[in-house]
Amino acid sequence: MGALVALVLLNTISRPSFLSITVKNGQLYGSLIDILRDSAPLMLVALGMTLVIATRGIDLSVGALMAISGSVALTIVSRSSSPNRIGTILVAIGIGVFITLLFGLWNGFLVAVVGIQPIIATLVLMLGGRGIAFLITGGFITTITSTPYAQLAQGHLLGLPVAFFFSVGAIAIVGVLVRKTALGVLTESVGINPSASRLAGVRSRGIIWSLYGLSGLLAGLAGILYSSNIMAADANNAGLNIELDAILAVVLGGTSLAGGKFTLSGTVIGVLIIQTLTSTITFLGVPPAVTPVFKAIVVIIVCLSQSKRVRQYLGRIRRIRGAKRPIRLSGLETEVLAERKTV
Amino acid sequence: MRDISIEFPGVKALDGVDFTLRSGEIHSLLGENGAGKSTLIKALTGVYPIDSGTIRVAGTERTFAGTADAQSAGIATVYQEVNLCTNLTVGENVMLGHEVRGKLGINWRATHAKATTYLHQLGVDVDPRSQLSSHSLAIQQLIAISRAMVLDCSLLVLDEPTSSLDRSEVEQLFAVMRRLRSRNVAILFVSHFLDQVYEISDQMTVLRNGKLVGEYHVGELSRSELISKMLGRELAELESIARAASRTIDRTGDPILRVTGLSRKGAIEPTDLDVYDGEIVGFAGLLGSGRTELVRVIYGADRSDHGVIEVRGKSVRLSTPRHSSIHRIAFSSEDRRAEGIISDLTVAENIVLGIQAKRGWLRRVSSAQREEVVAQYIESLDIRPNTPNILMRNLSGGNQQKVLLARWLATAPQLLILDEPTRGIDIGAKAEIQREIAKLAEAGLGVIFISSELDEVLRLSQRVVVMRDRRKIAEFDNHKSFDIDDIVALIAKEGAA
Amino acid sequence: MSNTSTVNTTPSGVLKNGLRRKMKIRLSWIPVLAALAILILMLIGGQVHFGSFITPAMLSSLLVDNAYLVVLAAGMTFVILSGGIDLSVGAVMAFTGMLAAKLLSVGVPVAVVIPLMLLAGALFGTLIGVLVHFFDVQPFIASLTGMFLARGLCFVISLEAIQVQNPFVLRLQSAQLNVGSWYITPTGIIALVVIVVAAWVLSYTRFGRTVYAIGGSEQSARLMGLSVARSKILVYVVSGVCAGIAGLILTSYTAAGYGGNGVGTELDTIAAVVIGGTLLTGGSGYLVGSLVGVFVYGVIKVLIIYMGADASWERITIGILLLVFVVVQRFIVARANRN
Repeated sequence: MGALVALVLLNTISRPSFLSITVKNGQLYGSLIDILRDSAPLMLVALGMTLVIATRGIDLSVGALMAISGSVALTIVSRSSSPNRIGTILVAIGIGVFITLLFGLWNGFLVAVVGIQPIIATLVLMLGGRGIAFLITGGFITTITSTPYAQLAQGHLLGLPVAFFFSVGAIAIVGVLVRKTALGVLTESVGINPSASRLAGVRSRGIIWSLYGLSGLLAGLAGILYSSNIMAADANNAGLNIELDAILAVVLGGTSLAGGKFTLSGTVIGVLIIQTLTSTITFLGVPPAVTPVFKAIVVIIVCLSQSKRVRQYLGRIRRIRGAKRPIRLSGLETEVLAERKTV
Repeated sequence: MRDISIEFPGVKALDGVDFTLRSGEIHSLLGENGAGKSTLIKALTGVYPIDSGTIRVAGTERTFAGTADAQSAGIATVYQEVNLCTNLTVGENVMLGHEVRGKLGINWRATHAKATTYLHQLGVDVDPRSQLSSHSLAIQQLIAISRAMVLDCSLLVLDEPTSSLDRSEVEQLFAVMRRLRSRNVAILFVSHFLDQVYEISDQMTVLRNGKLVGEYHVGELSRSELISKMLGRELAELESIARAASRTIDRTGDPILRVTGLSRKGAIEPTDLDVYDGEIVGFAGLLGSGRTELVRVIYGADRSDHGVIEVRGKSVRLSTPRHSSIHRIAFSSEDRRAEGIISDLTVAENIVLGIQAKRGWLRRVSSAQREEVVAQYIESLDIRPNTPNILMRNLSGGNQQKVLLARWLATAPQLLILDEPTRGIDIGAKAEIQREIAKLAEAGLGVIFISSELDEVLRLSQRVVVMRDRRKIAEFDNHKSFDIDDIVALIAKEGAA
Repeated sequence: MSNTSTVNTTPSGVLKNGLRRKMKIRLSWIPVLAALAILILMLIGGQVHFGSFITPAMLSSLLVDNAYLVVLAAGMTFVILSGGIDLSVGAVMAFTGMLAAKLLSVGVPVAVVIPLMLLAGALFGTLIGVLVHFFDVQPFIASLTGMFLARGLCFVISLEAIQVQNPFVLRLQSAQLNVGSWYITPTGIIALVVIVVAAWVLSYTRFGRTVYAIGGSEQSARLMGLSVARSKILVYVVSGVCAGIAGLILTSYTAAGYGGNGVGTELDTIAAVVIGGTLLTGGSGYLVGSLVGVFVYGVIKVLIIYMGADASWERITIGILLLVFVVVQRFIVARANRN
């Protein structure tokens, strides 16, 4: 959270207009609004990624899935006789997202049923998915002109960007799904100790399978937004490197790659940090190709601040959830001997 | 070691402890969980730094900044989990870090030859080029000890080495220990098995609550005296659990569980079993006899190849844990760390997990319900500390086991399968758990109880099943006249000597 | 009591020991042999289908055209064996290439530039290694950071490609040593040397064995008194230096330094290493397997060109092959665990 505030401050100091929001034609404009709008695809993907990571997994295919959903949707719209009808748009979106949901479930199948490592399982689609997207569009970058479709990424609703509502909606739905049902705590249980959870009667397999499906679905939606933004299906560039940004956002937000406990609100903040960072850099006139350097620096700072060693050095005491004073007993012994790190 | 004190935030783990170990002596370190045994060892081996006090090795005062320091002082440790690298060869594990090097790098032939020498010194005959993982845990332990010899150790610490060994393997280990003793190596033997302590050690040191209780020669103390020194209270606790044999079981009508011809390739031969309401069926047998494999197949943790399972007379399919929990069968694994506890969730979340898993992910257990259930079990099982929001990882082994028990009991099972529920737990908690099991059975719960401590099996069960080499070889009602030797004789009689 | 047996008291252990003695093959070799089998099958398949497929020219090109990948895979093998992963190799390769191109274009002598490239690679490796070991950052994130850093710094040096005209560098690729129809270039020789040295290090030095030990169980390695910290960092340094060498090879191949080089190469490298039989979990695998993995990759590329298929099929095929391999590896491991 502190990092986000710091970034915002930095921006405001260097250009006071950062925080200003203007109203034009009943719609809000301004840098902050841009951030809320542009962060939508990453937000969707990162939400799905958080849950997958919580199960000790990872989903590297989200970028490729974005390309696929864009290709599918745009192909449908471009072949339809009435590209401006809402009905057509809905069908295109529906099918596009459905296909990536299926691909997500395929990933889940490989991980949960066949037992392949998540990195490799999703790497397969990451490598091959864009090729599939190209095959769908027949090797071209399909473009369409359809006003309703463009509204998704570029339009406004109640003054705020439509894309923003996608974000909020996803956050709300996933949040409710995870905290109002037992899905959250069961996912954490599966991530912390898969065999114990299975013996306890938890449907580990089903949960892992579905969460990959959910990640696919969200990636599909993100792909629709992206294609709506450029009004084209660009299989090469859609969602390029977004999986890395998403993983970064999740880690910045406080969820560990080793799985287990996760935090959706942390991911939201992580996404905003990354988006603000990108915006800051663009404003500073730095060429976008150099952006990765700044991302790297931010990651290093955050990781250092989260690392135990640095914490010990600075003399802070970790607070265990709920208890006021750390109670050690023989827990320390298990701690010393039971550190298990996964990739 | 003199006047050792180690403090952790909030808890003084060791308080002014003196400890002496002489060469050519086998010395046992005894105490309940939380007494400070592990902490003392970790201080000795350089894992923890000490806050005050001195350590002298061979007369010189030493401070250990890490495990390497302790090793260079001649102190070597073999842990319960045998910390070796299973993906490497035996010879490599023995010689790792001390391989024989030539001009072109490591000379493997010479290295393996040297490894063989060290192994032979302990009477272990194993091909050094074989992969470590192809050997049993007992052999791996001996290999770990050989490595300690390579490091030229004068003090060998064995931390719970016999927990996973069967009788013959324990004999083998003891033979090696005696050999080392005759070579003037000092051995520190930490174990829960009091019989073994009496069999092998020369001296004993007892710790309680971080303080030294005393050092005794093995002949000085009787078993019950020792236990009361460890516990600070009488052995009567254990005796107070009424001999279970006195209860009769109603075996008319359908049993809770009937298993016929259940088998799994490589795990168990076709086996039959019945469990009735209120009955505790105790399983005795050596390691590898198939007891754990059998119950895992019953529960659905592993798949069976053949056989029929009936619950209350109706044939059922128990191919996954979920199926079993639907039929109200619960199972507590012998490896609670790997298959029981969810370490980063709280005690409350761990207890409620069984119920929640049954209800599925959609219907969440409400906070009010959760608090009620958790409070109930914290009290009835005396789980300490009694705060529901503490993380599981911070509990002692005994309390963790109680939390797991609570998890299963909260699902209101009709059959409870317990695999080594008292392993690695202090005597106080052992007694509490056994008392609870007996109470539940009296109230009608059916129990399958596996334990490597035969006195526990005899104390609790109405019926005893003996297994060996993956088969059931005997089954009988528990009478007062039966004792441990009878069971041992049964096992020995059936075995091909 | 019964006689104490000293070899394998468990029945399955006896069985395995006996079997292994008969077969003399360790379980960890099986994935490598499988990769080799696939390679041979593909070569034969190509020969059957296209006629003159297996030619000395083609086989030579396998090494020469993929020399950079061979070197990268060698370095990556170290990292993966230790249980880690290095996503930065593509970017570091591009960065060192860019650095070299820039320095050469302003007249710095080659004899200085090349060591500098290796040093740069080593520095990136050190950064990642320190993050991983001392600050407990997961290898995935730490190397991702390295990747971002290297990639961005590439473009800081120059947004556009920089031509390389230095004759020494160019000759590394263009000079051909011909033996009949077989040929090899200095870059190919460099790649082979790297392989031989790396294989020797892994099998015959303490550092190499420590790498395997850490991959098997880091905790055990630590308790056994091995220099875990040093080794963990060193594997990333090795990978970084290899990325530097690969940068040299790539720069001489393309005669330019360009920040867009090597995008996605890290994934190709990981795929080659995994296909070559190294388990991603660490502790098991052989360097020669990674070489086979790279050749498999190379043959696929050639096959696709021969078939006239779209280049995007290349990635799809690698993906499918990777999948098949991993599934098979999984079954082998599961079978071994059963026993």
